[in-house]
Amino acid sequence: MTDIVEMKGMNKYFGKLHVLKDIDLTVAKGEVVVIIGASGSGKSTLIRCVNGLEEFESGHLTVDGHPLAPKSGNPKSLAEIRKEVGMVFQQFNLFPHLTVKKNIMLAPQKVKSSSETVANATAERLLNRVGIGNQADKYPSQLSGGQQQRVAIARALAMEPRLMLFDEPTSALDPEMIGEVLDVMRELAKEGMTMMVVTHEMGFAREVADRVIYIHEGQIVEQGKPDEVFDNPQNERTQAFLSRVLAH
Amino acid sequence: MEFQFQFDWQAAIDSIPFLLEGIPYTLLISFGGLIIGFALGIFFGLLSINKKWFLRWPATAYIEIFRGTPILVQVLFIFYGLPDLIGGPIDPLTAGIAAIALNSGAYISEVVRGGVQSIDKGQTEAGLSLGLSRTQTFWSIIWPQAFRRMIPPLGNQAIVSIKDTSLFSVIGVGELVRQGQIYIANTFTAFEVYFVVAILYLAITLSLSLILRYVERRGLASV
Repeated sequence: MTDIVEMKGMNKYFGKLHVLKDIDLTVAKGEVVVIIGASGSGKSTLIRCVNGLEEFESGHLTVDGHPLAPKSGNPKSLAEIRKEVGMVFQQFNLFPHLTVKKNIMLAPQKVKSSSETVANATAERLLNRVGIGNQADKYPSQLSGGQQQRVAIARALAMEPRLMLFDEPTSALDPEMIGEVLDVMRELAKEGMTMMVVTHEMGFAREVADRVIYIHEGQIVEQGKPDEVFDNPQNERTQAFLSRVLAH
Repeated sequence: MEFQFQFDWQAAIDSIPFLLEGIPYTLLISFGGLIIGFALGIFFGLLSINKKWFLRWPATAYIEIFRGTPILVQVLFIFYGLPDLIGGPIDPLTAGIAAIALNSGAYISEVVRGGVQSIDKGQTEAGLSLGLSRTQTFWSIIWPQAFRRMIPPLGNQAIVSIKDTSLFSVIGVGELVRQGQIYIANTFTAFEVYFVVAILYLAITLSLSLILRYVERRGLASV
């Protein structure tokens, strides 16, 4: 199996705060990795390093064969990586001045120089796939949170990414809309998409993840198959975290 | 003896054709200056938020100098001072347009800076994560949103600049106030003439306000 993401001895600081400590992590093609941990543990920072939204101070990071040097020292690789890696944000970050369809068409047209016709067809196909084909000409503000997040997923998919990053994709949603977004992600996983997911949805993690990673204060404390991590956590910090989040 | 002032309507009406001759100059200086000022504002406004200090610093200097000195001094400097430097006269119209351009440019720089900085960081991150370059992200995602937010303060600046042109009567541009002064010198009907001058300014600024309100409503409808 080929690895899409390879992190070796990665360290990241915010000023004096050591947010990621000697991270070693590989993600194989087609693998779904779910990262869990308390707020402020560094899990979002970890996936934001993968597409260069955060710089790291030392260590090695290779994404789909493109090496990224510390301090964003490799702009060419970075550009390639961002073309191949899609990202879905907690706050959706849809472009409010563009219609839903134009949101999806923008990147293929600007980055891959797709023609209007091709980009349009892609957008329609993806909107149908995430179940909102009839909302194409609306503006993001006219959609519900769940619909907006599904548009955001479609927007990322339009670039035909080799890896998808999800940064707490359901944390800003009303409870009744979480399911529709998780369904789309579940489908994506089934189709073989490589995914790194930061989430608090433990049910989703258990069901969809190939591997669960627990991060505590910037360190990978425990990782393994969902059953192993959830039912038989070895590290006491993992045990404490899980008993807190699974208690309710 | 009882003093009674009578507003002379006939004098007011008679002055209108002569005063109207000043309006093209008022508009030319205002909008000519504002168009250049907008270009300067985009240029220096974007420089002022650049990460590199050696780009930011000149922009900040420009903004502070032209915001911190009176426009009257600026136009006097351009009209009477600069010819010494460049060794030839500057015509009053050019001096007026230059003064409005440089002065409004400084204020518009701040409008541009504020507009761009008001857009959520997540928008830039979304653009970059989709593979767009920084330049593409800025011009297709950030700028269109920022520009919509800039419309009200830009309108405000346009109104201020239109009124500022009235000061340029001192360098002899035949704009509205200058026309009024010339007319009064012959008729001594100051009250009536300045009243008409004020009404004419109001007509210009009110029309602009109405247009802007319309643009604003249309432009903001989708956000």
